[in-house]
Amino acid sequence: MIPAAFDYVRADSVDALLATLTEHGDEAKILAGGMSLLPLMKLRLAVPSVLVDAGRLDELRYVRDGGDHVAIGALTRHRDLETNALLAAECAVVRTVAAEVGDNQVRHRGTIGGSVAHGDAASDLPAVLLALDADFVIRGAEGERVVAATDFFKGFLETALAPDELLTEIRVPKSGPEGFSYQKFNRRAQDWAIVGSVAVRAGGTTRVGLVNMGAIPLRARGVEAALAGGAAVADAAQAAAEGTDPSADINASTEYRAHLARVLTRRALEAIA
Amino acid sequence: MQIAMTVNGGGQSHEVEPRTLLVQYLRESAGLTGTKVGCDTSSCGACTVLVDGESVKSCTMLAAQADGATVTTIEGLADGPNWHAVQQAFHEHHGLQCGYCTAGMIMAAVGFLDENPDPTDREVRLGLEGNLCRCTGYQNIVAAVLGAANTMKAAR
Repeated sequence: MIPAAFDYVRADSVDALLATLTEHGDEAKILAGGMSLLPLMKLRLAVPSVLVDAGRLDELRYVRDGGDHVAIGALTRHRDLETNALLAAECAVVRTVAAEVGDNQVRHRGTIGGSVAHGDAASDLPAVLLALDADFVIRGAEGERVVAATDFFKGFLETALAPDELLTEIRVPKSGPEGFSYQKFNRRAQDWAIVGSVAVRAGGTTRVGLVNMGAIPLRARGVEAALAGGAAVADAAQAAAEGTDPSADINASTEYRAHLARVLTRRALEAIA
Repeated sequence: MQIAMTVNGGGQSHEVEPRTLLVQYLRESAGLTGTKVGCDTSSCGACTVLVDGESVKSCTMLAAQADGATVTTIEGLADGPNWHAVQQAFHEHHGLQCGYCTAGMIMAAVGFLDENPDPTDREVRLGLEGNLCRCTGYQNIVAAVLGAANTMKAAR
Protein backbone atom coordinates (compact mmCIF):
# COMPACT_ATOMS: atom_id res chain seq x y z
CA MET A 1 0.00 0.00 0.00
CA ILE A 2 1.35 3.38 -1.02
CA PRO A 3 0.02 6.73 0.20
CA ALA A 4 -1.66 9.08 -2.26
CA ALA A 5 0.75 11.61 -3.75
CA PHE A 6 1.62 14.65 -1.65
CA ASP A 7 4.11 17.49 -1.57
CA TYR A 8 6.80 16.91 1.03
CA VAL A 9 8.20 19.82 3.03
CA ARG A 10 10.93 19.20 5.58
CA ALA A 11 10.74 21.81 8.33
CA ASP A 12 14.11 23.05 9.56
CA SER A 13 12.65 25.23 12.31
CA VAL A 14 9.40 25.60 14.25
CA ASP A 15 8.82 28.99 12.62
CA ALA A 16 9.27 27.54 9.13
CA LEU A 17 6.88 24.73 10.00
CA LEU A 18 4.26 27.18 11.25
CA ALA A 19 4.64 29.27 8.11
CA THR A 20 3.99 26.19 5.96
CA LEU A 21 0.91 25.35 8.02
CA THR A 22 -0.39 28.91 7.69
CA GLU A 23 0.09 28.74 3.94
CA HIS A 24 -1.68 25.41 3.42
CA GLY A 25 -4.27 25.29 6.23
CA ASP A 26 -6.04 21.97 6.64
CA GLU A 27 -4.57 20.62 3.38
CA ALA A 28 -1.36 20.06 5.34
CA LYS A 29 -0.56 17.43 7.97
CA ILE A 30 2.39 17.38 10.33
CA LEU A 31 4.53 14.24 10.20
CA ALA A 32 6.27 13.41 13.48
CA GLY A 33 7.32 9.75 13.88
CA GLY A 34 4.62 8.65 11.46
CA MET A 35 3.56 5.61 13.45
CA SER A 36 -0.12 6.62 13.33
CA LEU A 37 -0.25 8.96 10.34
CA LEU A 38 1.60 6.84 7.77
CA PRO A 39 -0.66 3.77 8.24
CA LEU A 40 -3.69 6.07 7.80
CA MET A 41 -2.15 7.53 4.66
CA LYS A 42 -1.34 4.08 3.27
CA LEU A 43 -4.98 3.13 3.77
CA ARG A 44 -5.89 6.46 2.15
CA LEU A 45 -7.97 7.35 5.20
CA ALA A 46 -5.75 10.42 5.46
CA VAL A 47 -4.98 12.18 2.17
CA PRO A 48 -3.04 15.36 2.96
CA SER A 49 -1.83 17.28 -0.09
CA VAL A 50 1.12 18.65 1.85
CA LEU A 51 3.12 16.65 4.39
CA VAL A 52 5.26 18.78 6.69
CA ASP A 53 8.00 16.65 8.22
CA ALA A 54 8.79 17.83 11.74
CA GLY A 55 11.09 14.87 12.33
CA ARG A 56 14.34 16.84 12.16
CA LEU A 57 13.33 19.45 14.75
CA ASP A 58 15.72 18.26 17.46
CA GLU A 59 14.93 21.47 19.37
CA LEU A 60 11.67 19.70 20.31
CA ARG A 61 13.33 16.48 21.46
CA TYR A 62 14.17 16.81 25.16
CA VAL A 63 13.20 15.94 28.74
CA ARG A 64 13.91 18.81 31.15
CA ASP A 65 13.34 19.69 34.77
CA GLY A 66 10.75 22.49 34.82
CA GLY A 67 10.65 22.99 38.61
CA ASP A 68 7.26 21.63 39.65
CA HIS A 69 6.94 19.69 36.40
CA VAL A 70 8.94 17.76 33.85
CA ALA A 71 8.91 19.37 30.39
CA ILE A 72 8.94 16.93 27.49
CA GLY A 73 9.53 18.14 23.94
CA ALA A 74 6.80 17.00 21.58
CA LEU A 75 9.23 15.16 19.31
CA THR A 76 10.71 13.10 22.12
CA ARG A 77 10.46 9.48 21.10
CA HIS A 78 8.95 6.72 23.20
CA ARG A 79 12.38 5.10 23.38
CA ASP A 80 13.82 8.33 24.81
CA LEU A 81 11.10 8.38 27.49
CA GLU A 82 11.60 4.70 28.27
CA THR A 83 15.29 5.24 29.02
CA ASN A 84 15.12 8.66 30.70
CA ALA A 85 16.52 8.98 34.23
CA LEU A 86 14.77 12.26 35.09
CA LEU A 87 11.39 10.76 34.28
CA ALA A 88 12.23 7.61 36.24
CA ALA A 89 12.80 9.77 39.32
CA GLU A 90 10.17 12.48 38.90
CA CYS A 91 7.31 11.00 36.90
CA ALA A 92 7.97 7.32 36.40
CA VAL A 93 4.48 6.56 35.16
CA VAL A 94 5.31 8.23 31.83
CA ARG A 95 8.50 6.24 31.47
CA THR A 96 6.82 2.95 32.34
CA VAL A 97 3.84 3.44 30.05
CA ALA A 98 6.04 4.64 27.17
CA ALA A 99 7.69 1.22 27.36
CA GLU A 100 4.27 -0.40 26.79
CA VAL A 101 3.58 1.44 23.53
CA GLY A 102 3.65 -0.78 20.43
CA ASP A 103 6.93 -2.61 20.04
CA ASN A 104 10.64 -1.70 19.89
CA GLN A 105 10.51 -0.59 16.27
CA VAL A 106 7.47 1.60 16.93
CA ARG A 107 9.03 3.12 20.04
CA HIS A 108 12.19 4.02 18.09
CA ARG A 109 10.16 6.24 15.77
CA GLY A 110 6.94 7.21 17.59
CA THR A 111 6.84 10.46 19.56
CA ILE A 112 4.86 11.57 22.60
CA GLY A 113 3.65 14.67 20.76
CA GLY A 114 2.52 12.64 17.79
CA SER A 115 0.58 10.32 20.07
CA VAL A 116 -1.11 13.25 21.84
CA ALA A 117 -1.87 15.19 18.66
CA HIS A 118 -3.31 12.08 16.98
CA GLY A 119 -5.71 11.90 19.94
CA ASP A 120 -6.54 8.21 19.68
CA ALA A 121 -8.52 6.97 22.70
CA ALA A 122 -6.85 3.57 22.27
CA SER A 123 -3.33 5.01 22.75
CA ASP A 124 -1.57 4.44 26.05
CA LEU A 125 -0.04 7.83 26.79
CA PRO A 126 -2.98 10.25 26.33
CA ALA A 127 -4.95 8.63 29.17
CA VAL A 128 -1.86 8.78 31.38
CA LEU A 129 -1.33 12.47 30.64
CA LEU A 130 -5.00 13.04 31.39
CA ALA A 131 -4.67 11.30 34.76
CA LEU A 132 -1.56 13.36 35.51
CA ASP A 133 -3.36 16.66 34.76
CA ALA A 134 -0.63 17.43 32.24
CA ASP A 135 -0.51 20.66 30.27
CA PHE A 136 0.10 20.90 26.54
CA VAL A 137 2.03 23.82 25.05
CA ILE A 138 0.81 24.79 21.60
CA ARG A 139 2.36 27.23 19.15
CA GLY A 140 0.66 28.96 16.27
CA ALA A 141 1.11 32.07 14.18
CA GLU A 142 -0.51 34.07 16.99
CA GLY A 143 1.95 32.85 19.59
CA GLU A 144 1.91 30.28 22.34
CA ARG A 145 -0.96 28.94 24.44
CA VAL A 146 -1.23 26.28 27.10
CA VAL A 147 -4.15 23.85 27.13
CA ALA A 148 -4.88 21.48 30.02
CA ALA A 149 -5.06 17.81 29.04
CA THR A 150 -8.61 17.77 30.41
CA ASP A 151 -9.61 20.38 27.76
CA PHE A 152 -7.55 18.99 24.89
CA PHE A 153 -9.34 15.89 23.62
CA LYS A 154 -12.53 16.88 21.83
CA GLY A 155 -13.84 13.90 19.86
CA PHE A 156 -12.78 10.91 17.77
CA LEU A 157 -9.22 11.80 16.60
CA GLU A 158 -10.15 15.41 17.27
CA THR A 159 -8.22 17.74 19.58
CA ALA A 160 -7.96 21.41 20.55
CA LEU A 161 -5.19 21.84 17.95
CA ALA A 162 -6.11 24.13 15.04
CA PRO A 163 -4.82 23.14 11.57
CA ASP A 164 -2.17 25.85 11.75
CA GLU A 165 -0.89 24.97 15.23
CA LEU A 166 1.91 22.74 16.49
CA LEU A 167 2.06 20.94 19.81
CA THR A 168 5.54 21.76 21.12
CA GLU A 169 5.76 20.57 24.72
CA ILE A 170 4.07 18.32 27.26
CA ARG A 171 4.34 19.35 30.93
CA VAL A 172 3.80 16.60 33.44
CA PRO A 173 3.53 17.46 37.16
CA LYS A 174 6.10 15.63 39.25
CA SER A 175 4.41 12.57 40.72
CA GLY A 176 7.54 10.73 41.77
CA PRO A 177 9.14 7.36 41.09
CA GLU A 178 6.17 5.27 42.29
CA GLY A 179 2.51 5.48 43.30
CA PHE A 180 1.09 4.49 39.94
CA SER A 181 -0.14 1.43 38.10
CA TYR A 182 -1.03 0.91 34.44
CA GLN A 183 -3.19 -2.09 33.66
CA LYS A 184 -3.25 -2.73 29.91
CA PHE A 185 -5.45 -5.53 28.70
CA ASN A 186 -4.85 -7.05 25.30
CA ARG A 187 -4.82 -10.51 23.86
CA ARG A 188 -1.65 -10.53 21.81
CA ALA A 189 1.80 -8.99 22.15
CA GLN A 190 2.08 -5.48 20.64
CA ASP A 191 -1.72 -5.06 20.28
CA TRP A 192 -3.54 -1.90 21.27
CA ALA A 193 -5.22 -1.99 24.65
CA ILE A 194 -8.73 -3.44 24.43
CA VAL A 195 -9.15 -1.43 27.64
CA GLY A 196 -6.53 0.17 29.85
CA SER A 197 -6.70 1.81 33.24
CA VAL A 198 -4.04 3.94 34.87
CA ALA A 199 -4.13 5.05 38.50
CA VAL A 200 -1.80 7.77 39.75
CA ARG A 201 -1.51 8.88 43.36
CA ALA A 202 0.09 12.26 43.95
CA GLY A 203 -0.32 14.93 46.60
CA GLY A 204 -2.77 12.82 48.58
CA THR A 205 -5.27 12.33 45.75
CA THR A 206 -5.71 9.46 43.34
CA ARG A 207 -6.66 10.03 39.72
CA VAL A 208 -7.68 7.43 37.18
CA GLY A 209 -7.43 7.53 33.38
CA LEU A 210 -9.11 5.13 30.97
CA VAL A 211 -7.88 3.90 27.58
CA ASN A 212 -10.35 2.93 24.86
CA MET A 213 -13.54 3.53 26.84
CA GLY A 214 -15.02 6.08 24.45
CA ALA A 215 -14.20 8.37 21.53
CA ILE A 216 -11.56 10.15 23.60
CA PRO A 217 -9.30 9.20 26.52
CA LEU A 218 -11.31 9.61 29.73
CA ARG A 219 -10.96 10.22 33.43
CA ALA A 220 -12.88 7.88 35.73
CA ARG A 221 -14.41 10.75 37.69
CA GLY A 222 -16.84 8.51 39.56
CA VAL A 223 -13.98 6.42 40.90
CA GLU A 224 -11.98 9.48 41.89
CA ALA A 225 -14.98 10.99 43.73
CA ALA A 226 -15.68 7.72 45.56
CA LEU A 227 -12.06 7.47 46.68
CA ALA A 228 -12.05 11.09 47.82
CA GLY A 229 -15.19 10.31 49.82
CA GLY A 230 -13.41 7.49 51.60
CA ALA A 231 -14.80 4.50 49.67
CA ALA A 232 -12.88 1.24 49.71
CA VAL A 233 -10.93 0.43 46.55
CA ALA A 234 -13.19 -2.43 45.46
CA ASP A 235 -16.30 -0.25 45.86
CA ALA A 236 -14.78 2.78 44.16
CA ALA A 237 -13.68 0.69 41.17
CA GLN A 238 -17.31 -0.27 40.54
CA ALA A 239 -17.82 3.27 39.22
CA ALA A 240 -15.11 2.91 36.54
CA ALA A 241 -17.50 2.59 33.58
CA GLU A 242 -19.78 5.44 34.68
CA GLY A 243 -20.00 8.14 32.05
CA THR A 244 -18.05 6.13 29.48
CA ASP A 245 -19.21 5.23 26.00
CA PRO A 246 -17.06 2.35 24.76
CA SER A 247 -17.44 0.95 21.27
CA ALA A 248 -18.13 -2.65 20.34
CA ASP A 249 -15.72 -4.26 17.90
CA ILE A 250 -14.10 -7.58 17.02
CA ASN A 251 -12.22 -7.58 20.35
CA ALA A 252 -14.98 -6.78 22.82
CA SER A 253 -18.61 -5.80 23.32
CA THR A 254 -19.48 -2.60 25.15
CA GLU A 255 -20.55 -4.67 28.19
CA TYR A 256 -17.25 -6.51 28.24
CA ARG A 257 -15.31 -3.24 27.99
CA ALA A 258 -17.29 -1.85 30.95
CA HIS A 259 -16.46 -5.01 32.89
CA LEU A 260 -12.78 -4.68 31.98
CA ALA A 261 -12.74 -1.03 33.09
CA ARG A 262 -14.03 -2.03 36.54
CA VAL A 263 -11.65 -4.97 36.93
CA LEU A 264 -8.56 -3.19 35.59
CA THR A 265 -9.27 -0.10 37.69
CA ARG A 266 -9.60 -2.25 40.80
CA ARG A 267 -6.28 -3.94 40.01
CA ALA A 268 -4.59 -0.58 39.39
CA LEU A 269 -5.91 0.84 42.65
CA GLU A 270 -4.95 -2.28 44.59
CA ALA A 271 -1.44 -2.07 43.14
CA ILE A 272 -0.91 1.43 44.55
CA ALA A 273 -2.82 0.91 47.80
CA MET B 1 12.76 14.72 -4.83
CA GLN B 2 16.44 13.73 -4.61
CA ILE B 3 17.46 11.69 -1.58
CA ALA B 4 20.74 10.16 -0.50
CA MET B 5 21.63 7.73 2.25
CA THR B 6 24.33 5.31 3.25
CA VAL B 7 23.10 1.74 2.84
CA ASN B 8 25.32 -1.08 4.11
CA GLY B 9 28.32 1.21 3.96
CA GLY B 10 27.79 2.41 0.40
CA GLY B 11 26.29 5.66 -0.85
CA GLN B 12 22.90 5.60 -2.57
CA SER B 13 21.28 8.55 -4.28
CA HIS B 14 18.04 8.50 -6.23
CA GLU B 15 15.22 10.68 -7.46
CA VAL B 16 12.04 9.42 -5.74
CA GLU B 17 8.45 10.42 -5.26
CA PRO B 18 7.91 11.79 -1.73
CA ARG B 19 5.44 9.00 -1.02
CA THR B 20 8.05 6.28 -1.62
CA LEU B 21 8.30 4.01 1.41
CA LEU B 22 11.74 3.11 2.72
CA VAL B 23 11.16 -0.59 2.02
CA GLN B 24 10.21 0.22 -1.58
CA TYR B 25 13.30 2.37 -1.93
CA LEU B 26 15.57 -0.36 -0.58
CA ARG B 27 14.06 -3.08 -2.76
CA GLU B 28 13.37 -1.20 -5.97
CA SER B 29 15.86 1.68 -6.11
CA ALA B 30 18.77 0.18 -4.18
CA GLY B 31 18.04 -3.34 -5.48
CA LEU B 32 18.30 -4.90 -2.02
CA THR B 33 15.49 -7.46 -1.95
CA GLY B 34 16.60 -9.19 1.25
CA THR B 35 14.20 -6.92 3.16
CA LYS B 36 10.69 -8.34 2.80
CA VAL B 37 7.25 -6.79 2.76
CA GLY B 38 5.00 -8.89 4.96
CA CYS B 39 1.80 -7.41 6.36
CA ASP B 40 2.50 -3.89 5.00
CA THR B 41 0.74 -2.48 8.10
CA SER B 42 3.65 -2.27 10.60
CA SER B 43 2.45 -5.32 12.49
CA CYS B 44 4.69 -8.19 11.36
CA GLY B 45 8.21 -6.76 11.36
CA ALA B 46 9.37 -8.61 8.20
CA CYS B 47 10.55 -5.28 6.78
CA THR B 48 12.71 -4.38 9.80
CA VAL B 49 15.99 -2.62 9.03
CA LEU B 50 18.32 -0.48 11.12
CA VAL B 51 18.20 3.29 10.60
CA ASP B 52 21.08 5.02 12.39
CA GLY B 53 21.49 1.82 14.40
CA GLU B 54 17.88 1.51 15.58
CA SER B 55 15.37 -1.05 14.33
CA VAL B 56 12.45 0.39 12.37
CA LYS B 57 9.70 -1.04 10.22
CA SER B 58 10.62 0.17 6.76
CA CYS B 59 7.05 -0.21 5.45
CA THR B 60 5.99 2.58 7.81
CA MET B 61 8.71 5.08 7.11
CA LEU B 62 9.14 7.28 4.07
CA ALA B 63 12.40 7.04 2.18
CA ALA B 64 12.46 10.84 2.53
CA GLN B 65 12.58 10.47 6.32
CA ALA B 66 15.76 8.40 5.96
CA ASP B 67 17.41 11.00 3.70
CA GLY B 68 20.95 11.41 5.04
CA ALA B 69 20.67 8.44 7.38
CA THR B 70 22.78 5.31 7.71
CA VAL B 71 20.74 2.21 6.90
CA THR B 72 21.67 -1.40 7.48
CA THR B 73 19.76 -4.25 5.85
CA ILE B 74 20.24 -8.01 6.07
CA GLU B 75 22.67 -7.80 3.13
CA GLY B 76 24.95 -5.57 5.19
CA LEU B 77 25.43 -7.85 8.20
CA ALA B 78 27.96 -10.40 7.01
CA ASP B 79 31.65 -9.58 6.82
CA GLY B 80 32.53 -11.14 3.47
CA PRO B 81 32.05 -14.90 3.81
CA ASN B 82 31.68 -14.63 7.60
CA TRP B 83 28.18 -14.38 8.87
CA HIS B 84 27.19 -12.00 11.65
CA ALA B 85 26.89 -13.74 15.04
CA VAL B 86 23.08 -13.46 14.89
CA GLN B 87 22.93 -15.01 11.40
CA GLN B 88 25.22 -17.81 12.57
CA ALA B 89 23.07 -18.42 15.64
CA PHE B 90 19.84 -18.59 13.59
CA HIS B 91 21.56 -21.22 11.43
CA GLU B 92 22.86 -23.24 14.38
CA HIS B 93 19.66 -23.08 16.43
CA HIS B 94 17.41 -23.63 13.42
CA GLY B 95 15.65 -20.33 14.12
CA LEU B 96 13.68 -20.39 10.89
CA GLN B 97 11.56 -22.60 8.71
CA CYS B 98 10.10 -20.86 5.64
CA GLY B 99 12.46 -17.93 6.11
CA TYR B 100 10.09 -15.13 5.19
CA CYS B 101 10.27 -13.39 8.57
CA THR B 102 13.96 -14.15 9.01
CA ALA B 103 15.57 -11.03 7.56
CA GLY B 104 13.36 -8.79 9.71
CA MET B 105 13.71 -11.06 12.72
CA ILE B 106 17.50 -10.99 12.49
CA MET B 107 17.63 -7.21 12.02
CA ALA B 108 15.30 -6.72 15.00
CA ALA B 109 17.51 -9.06 17.04
CA VAL B 110 20.70 -7.22 16.05
CA GLY B 111 19.13 -3.89 17.08
CA PHE B 112 17.80 -5.40 20.30
CA LEU B 113 21.14 -6.94 21.33
CA ASP B 114 22.82 -3.60 20.74
CA GLU B 115 20.45 -2.08 23.33
CA ASN B 116 20.43 -5.08 25.64
CA PRO B 117 23.60 -7.18 25.18
CA ASP B 118 22.83 -9.59 28.02
CA PRO B 119 19.09 -10.32 27.90
CA THR B 120 16.98 -12.90 29.67
CA ASP B 121 14.65 -15.25 27.78
CA ARG B 122 11.73 -12.99 28.77
CA GLU B 123 13.50 -9.85 27.57
CA VAL B 124 14.22 -11.46 24.20
CA ARG B 125 10.54 -12.32 23.79
CA LEU B 126 9.50 -8.77 24.68
CA GLY B 127 12.27 -7.32 22.52
CA LEU B 128 11.00 -9.23 19.47
CA GLU B 129 7.29 -8.67 20.07
CA GLY B 130 7.14 -6.57 16.91
CA ASN B 131 8.13 -9.51 14.73
CA LEU B 132 5.79 -12.33 13.80
CA CYS B 133 6.84 -15.84 12.75
CA ARG B 134 4.11 -18.22 11.65
CA CYS B 135 6.35 -21.31 11.41
CA THR B 136 8.66 -21.81 14.34
CA GLY B 137 6.63 -21.11 17.44
CA TYR B 138 9.49 -18.76 18.39
CA GLN B 139 11.29 -21.24 20.65
CA ASN B 140 14.32 -21.63 18.38
CA ILE B 141 14.36 -17.95 17.52
CA VAL B 142 14.65 -17.06 21.20
CA ALA B 143 17.35 -19.73 21.60
CA ALA B 144 19.23 -18.26 18.63
CA VAL B 145 19.13 -14.72 20.03
CA LEU B 146 20.31 -15.92 23.44
CA GLY B 147 23.03 -17.95 21.71
CA ALA B 148 24.13 -14.93 19.69
CA ALA B 149 24.25 -12.84 22.87
CA ASN B 150 26.65 -15.38 24.38
CA THR B 151 28.84 -15.49 21.28
CA MET B 152 29.00 -11.71 21.09
CA LYS B 153 29.76 -11.46 24.80
CA ALA B 154 32.63 -13.89 24.43
CA ALA B 155 34.01 -11.90 21.50
CA ARG B 156 34.10 -8.63 23.47
